Amino acid sequence: MIHQSLMNILKNLVCKTRGLPLLKLGTVFAVLLLPCLALAQDAATQAMSVEYRDIPGMGSRNLIWIVAQQHLLLAGFVLGVPIFAWVCEIVGWKTNEPRYDKLAKEFTKLLTSAYATTALFGGILLFLLIGLYPKLMAYLTDIFFPSFIAYCILFLFETATLYMYWYGWDAMQGKKKAFHLFLGFLLNLFALGIMIVPNAWATFQASPVVVADGTDIERAWAAMQNPTWWPVNIHRLIANVVLGGFICGAYAGVRYLLAVSREEKEHYDWMGYVGNFIGVFGMLPLPFAGYWLMREIYQYNQQMGITLMGGFLAWLFILQAMLIGVLFLGANYYFWMGISYRIPGSAQSYKKPIMAMLIVLMVCLGVWMTPHSLVASLEEARKMGGTHHPMLGVFGVMSAKMTVSNLMILVTFMSFIMYWRAGKVETAGWAKIAKSVMGALLVIAGIAVIVLGVWGYFVPAIIRINYFSVAQVLIVLFIMVTFTPLTALLMKSAKTTTEMVWGQMPIRAGYSLVLNAVMVILLMSLMGYARSSSRVHWHIYGVMRDTSEYAYSPALGYAAAFMSLNTFLFCLLVAFIFWVASMGGDKSKGPQKEEPKGSQEKLPEGLTPAMAGGSPRKGE
Amino acid sequence: MKGPLFNSAIILTGMYLALKFILPLLTAPLPSMLISLYMLLTLSALMIFYTMSGTSLDEFMGPIARFLSGENQVGIAKPARLLVLVVFPLLVGWQTYTKLAPSDQPPAENRTIHPAPPGEFVGLANPYPKTPENIMMGKGLYAAYCSPCHGANFDGKGPAAPGFNPPPANFADPGTIAQLQESYLFWRIKKGGVGLPVEGMPWKSAMPRWEKELPDEFIWKIIMGEYDGAHQSPRTWEEEE
Repeated sequence: MIHQSLMNILKNLVCKTRGLPLLKLGTVFAVLLLPCLALAQDAATQAMSVEYRDIPGMGSRNLIWIVAQQHLLLAGFVLGVPIFAWVCEIVGWKTNEPRYDKLAKEFTKLLTSAYATTALFGGILLFLLIGLYPKLMAYLTDIFFPSFIAYCILFLFETATLYMYWYGWDAMQGKKKAFHLFLGFLLNLFALGIMIVPNAWATFQASPVVVADGTDIERAWAAMQNPTWWPVNIHRLIANVVLGGFICGAYAGVRYLLAVSREEKEHYDWMGYVGNFIGVFGMLPLPFAGYWLMREIYQYNQQMGITLMGGFLAWLFILQAMLIGVLFLGANYYFWMGISYRIPGSAQSYKKPIMAMLIVLMVCLGVWMTPHSLVASLEEARKMGGTHHPMLGVFGVMSAKMTVSNLMILVTFMSFIMYWRAGKVETAGWAKIAKSVMGALLVIAGIAVIVLGVWGYFVPAIIRINYFSVAQVLIVLFIMVTFTPLTALLMKSAKTTTEMVWGQMPIRAGYSLVLNAVMVILLMSLMGYARSSSRVHWHIYGVMRDTSEYAYSPALGYAAAFMSLNTFLFCLLVAFIFWVASMGGDKSKGPQKEEPKGSQEKLPEGLTPAMAGGSPRKGE
Repeated sequence: MKGPLFNSAIILTGMYLALKFILPLLTAPLPSMLISLYMLLTLSALMIFYTMSGTSLDEFMGPIARFLSGENQVGIAKPARLLVLVVFPLLVGWQTYTKLAPSDQPPAENRTIHPAPPGEFVGLANPYPKTPENIMMGKGLYAAYCSPCHGANFDGKGPAAPGFNPPPANFADPGTIAQLQESYLFWRIKKGGVGLPVEGMPWKSAMPRWEKELPDEFIWKIIMGEYDGAHQSPRTWEEEE
């Protein structure tokens, strides 16, 4: 229509300008440009009305799923590592032990390698979201635009601080160390900002609030303060430390398996221990943060809460229990192996306490993994009188799950305390009393957690949620905050009976570190999917409906396959990044650190290469 | 004969016998899924414990490795090894075949007992005050309409209950209505089994759609009567005064 009327105008003009070739030509060109403008305007209007675009074959949702998950996992690593790298640096500065500073630097090296890839995936995700979900992005931009600017500024500051922190490491030693530590603090501060701003966008999608009229900044701020923003912030902050710790542990595990020289073995054995310790340290409060998040979701919207915990996504929480269980077992296994191998002669004396801890962990895990409704054949269901077992069905509700998760945390903490005390004898006069008090407190705490758990079945849900569950958490935290300084005091004057020997761990220790990292990645992929899926067919829950062809929840098997794919891809990415990082390290290391020929003879009795083929003498 | 391997075999056998045969003497039999899960946990615990130190690892894995490698074997050990090497893969194959072969048995059920309610039922509050009169009326209505299936004692054991599979819900169990808000029960009673979403398998529920028979007022009062009679409290976000 537009085109036809433009042709008429053109005809008239050509007729009227007969005899003036140049003017005629110019006019023709000018008029020819008009349809272009009109068509561009048409295309713009058409583009404005595009709600979705698709990727043929793969599907837009699947692509976003992969890219978003990779970006989130990388971001978790990049934001988690500076926290403990900085803490390690402070420890090194305070204790004057260069190995901590070296370790902090090594952690930061991994961080710098992963930082650019994280930003790259962030950019890809942004372009894909704008291209594939223009309507949703236009809506979010309208609300959150001021926060986009804040995010960009934070990113600039973070990048600049990271450059100074990393490249200035060696230059800022000695008197300038305090300034370097201040840079580390700034790095973490900006990292926190970088995490919480996008969290607001994602949590707004799940738990939107009414955005009243006002300035752009007021509207963005109101939307940011949605009910799940801070629970997600806290949960992610802790989870990032766990992810970072276990990935650094896995890195150390792989390097340990590849290590040839004794120096390398000792260093990576110790690094693996620190990585595992950081992962466990973060893992202890993580279930509490998760519980708070779920409570807020449930309180925000019953429908969403039930979809997650009792509805079609409930099976994800059984998988979650399994993965967390493996993580707890893996972390404890590593501690226990440390006692056996790093403290010679300890294997036998700690056998019984380890067995007791293992039994408690396994019983707890059994309870945690028992679902409320069981998968049963018709015959089995008939015998049980439904899919709910009359006796073991009680393990399926929150009261039981909270109790066992608290007990598992308690056991893991005691595992660490046991490791700390292994190979030492307390010399303080009050040591006997302190140990008796600690033993009594531990027994009372365990009993109190169980009593509250059982009692939880007989009180209204709100009493259990508001008081009993909180009391259970406080009891466990009380044990942690009293036992840690008490043990530190005891150890200060303790006599070392057996020196800790690094670099003697068996190869399965390295593999268990890798297993822990894979478990935590799988866990984050799983729960990331659960959080995102709980919105069901809404882009913004209750506000903007998903009207694309993908407005359905995939089957759990399909989702599980995608989570596995995401885990695999992330492991590949991390392996690549670390390979690149280690290339630089190997070059700088130079030949002076290579093990001298024949040095295998110098290894103590029983010390074997960490990996088959890792020693030139292995095959002999 | 004593050693980690022997102990493990005894523990695994004992565990299996306890789960499969002894526990059913006290309660309903466990489904195979749960038995497999607990057996897996037991096996993992044994593996973890016996691989903790080099000595125990050798004691645990050594006999298996020596038996399978056939080193220095004499007498009956030789044919026993061959037998294991032949029978074990056959057993695995047979197990795989029985799992995959077409059968007339229906597939294992994975029904979501408490699926999420539709949006219009979320956040509804019981509009009737919790007075003794209302509770009494609710219990009376419950006796008339619900107790034939859910039982006079609110335990799911009404006279008609044996005719249903899955059986009617047991309200006295702390895992049922005590975990739910009143609005959830209102939805379930009003819309019945046919109102369940797919994951709740509406075809499996015989719960009538009571909105056809009862006004909303009766439903709300029945809910009150149910909680009171089953000695449970609904899930709320505010504590009762």
